[in-house]
Amino acid sequence: MFKRMTTGLLVGGAALAATFGAAATAQAQDDPIRVGSFLAVTGPASFLGDPELKTLEMYIDRINGAGGVGGRQLELVHYDTGGDANKARTFAKRLLEEDEVDVILGGSTTGTTMAVIPLVERAEIPFVSFAGGVVIIDPVKPWVFKTPHTDRMACGKIFEDMQARGITKVGMISGTGGFGKSMRAQCLDVGPDYGVEIVADETYAPSDTDMVAQLTKIKNTEGLEAVVNPGFGQGPAIVTKNFAQLGFEVPLYQSHGVASKKFIELAGDAAEGVRLPAAALLVAEKLPMDDPQRPIVMGYKSTYEAVHGEGSVSTFGGHAYDGLMMYKAAVEAAGSAEPAAVRDALENITGFIGTAGEVNMSADDHLGLDLSAFRMLEIRDGDWVLVN
Amino acid sequence: MPPAFVELLQFLFSGITSGAIYALVALGFALIYNASHVINFAQGEFVMLGGMITWLLLSHGIDLPLAIAGAVAATVVVGLALEKLAIEPVRDANVVTLIIITIGAGIFLRGLTSVTLGKDLHAVPAFSGNEPLELLGATIMPQSLWILGVTAAVVLALHLFFHFTILGKAILATSHNRLAARLMGVNVNFVLLLSFGLSALLGAVAGILIAPITATHFEVGIMLGLKGFAAAILGGLGSGLGAIVGGLLLGLIESLGAGYISSDYKDAMAFVVILGVLFLMPQGLFGKRGTERV
Repeated sequence: MFKRMTTGLLVGGAALAATFGAAATAQAQDDPIRVGSFLAVTGPASFLGDPELKTLEMYIDRINGAGGVGGRQLELVHYDTGGDANKARTFAKRLLEEDEVDVILGGSTTGTTMAVIPLVERAEIPFVSFAGGVVIIDPVKPWVFKTPHTDRMACGKIFEDMQARGITKVGMISGTGGFGKSMRAQCLDVGPDYGVEIVADETYAPSDTDMVAQLTKIKNTEGLEAVVNPGFGQGPAIVTKNFAQLGFEVPLYQSHGVASKKFIELAGDAAEGVRLPAAALLVAEKLPMDDPQRPIVMGYKSTYEAVHGEGSVSTFGGHAYDGLMMYKAAVEAAGSAEPAAVRDALENITGFIGTAGEVNMSADDHLGLDLSAFRMLEIRDGDWVLVN
Repeated sequence: MPPAFVELLQFLFSGITSGAIYALVALGFALIYNASHVINFAQGEFVMLGGMITWLLLSHGIDLPLAIAGAVAATVVVGLALEKLAIEPVRDANVVTLIIITIGAGIFLRGLTSVTLGKDLHAVPAFSGNEPLELLGATIMPQSLWILGVTAAVVLALHLFFHFTILGKAILATSHNRLAARLMGVNVNFVLLLSFGLSALLGAVAGILIAPITATHFEVGIMLGLKGFAAAILGGLGSGLGAIVGGLLLGLIESLGAGYISSDYKDAMAFVVILGVLFLMPQGLFGKRGTERV
């Protein structure tokens, strides 16, 4: 008797739960999809977070205006980390536990992204990062994806170009800031794959005002055929000027870290002939008409610049655009915003064209870009020219 | 020329160029220290303002010579205002308090610049082109010659000012003994004001001279200020000759160290040498041997 009552209660309870569950599902179809984001909109990395947030806001408005994703509107929940990894962790916790978001897009820097990864892995919510570091997706984490190319790929692109020119003996001069340090390590690691030997390896501090001493040493290295300068900010401009002053007879390669008009302005005439890898967005107008990326990067550039002014577009905002569009494509492919289904759909994305290049994800590649994501540019007459 | 000699010459050119800038900044520290025993940690910001204001004026279409004059004048006004508004009202406070005020003023100037002029790097054109000159096989930029020439001229002018004008002698007298100078009718408040103005002038000149080489932005003064301070300590705080020798020495240590030992430790080597010198000669190379009276 007693036992039967318990069973009855259980059955009733289950039925009740089922009813509520169904109601909740039905309601979820009308509710907006909650897109969580944490970006470095202020602070030293604001040059990343600011265009990223602007891009997310602008494109979520546009997607909602066009009827949303699968009939559901997108709702952005954003917190500003100021580039602080501790804050990123706190905000990610809030996004997952209180805001109950369906996906997290963001993380402007590698540091803030890495701080959040354990949380999203535990909560099992898909996470698309906009940060550069290769550690984010290597080793692969089930719920973590990223959109920007890595510095390892930049090294690969540079060495590929050298290979084509028959260059094997390379001198390196790297900044000791985070960017230069990381890229230097990747270049040293990836060099042998392209038959490149690093014959000189010098460094400079990010605030150094003169690199003549280091470059003189490199210049006097036996058999030198080219120089690479992984770095960011004012350093590469000074290296380029010192390089011209010393009258090197070998080519100079800069990194994607200085792929902006500012670099040409700072280095002036000394920048003539310098080569560097850069995202297609930087040379949108110069891409051939039949380039599959052309409509995407031209579309993003003109949309962004129409709102934020001529010349305001940056590759960083492009990373956010790619992340949002990839999520949209994944939800549409999965037929719902259910996290596990979206994660599987993200992992199966193929042939997606974004501002960074063509993306082909797989179970062991959560970035999905190859070297064609980078274009090799040469600076001629104070402007970029596509090489090859 | 044997390659080893050319290499050495190249290191020396590069070291002396950086060293001359450090010397100018160090002289600014020495001037204010002499007049008030305050170490003005906003000195680096004078350097930054010199470069940034030059860029600002240039970007408004003003010719280079006028832009330079304007930047120097504006920085001197900032230096005078700093003394009038922040130092003079509390001149009876102890030296540590005054030093902390200068640190605050430095942060304020940096913040104000980043808010009003932005956080971007800006290029300033070289005074006479970017065609490197060749000397015994090594190369030197025309801008480096400007730096060396202007620094030499400034040092000469300061020497004449301190030894052949009443005003200069008044500053010297105040630095030797403030009370005695006051009893002799020297207006020590005016001397303090003047020393801030002069320091700002030296800082601005350094900032303008180096801007074409490094580009300028709102934080450019932090490291240059620190290096200038290190040079002033190395030479002996308060000694004009010491500041110049300290600056040049620091530049040479950096460039020879980076060239012959390892570029990884370029900054570290300079500071290690300074620590070593201070350990053996706590008063610096040319400092007055100080005895505390108990």
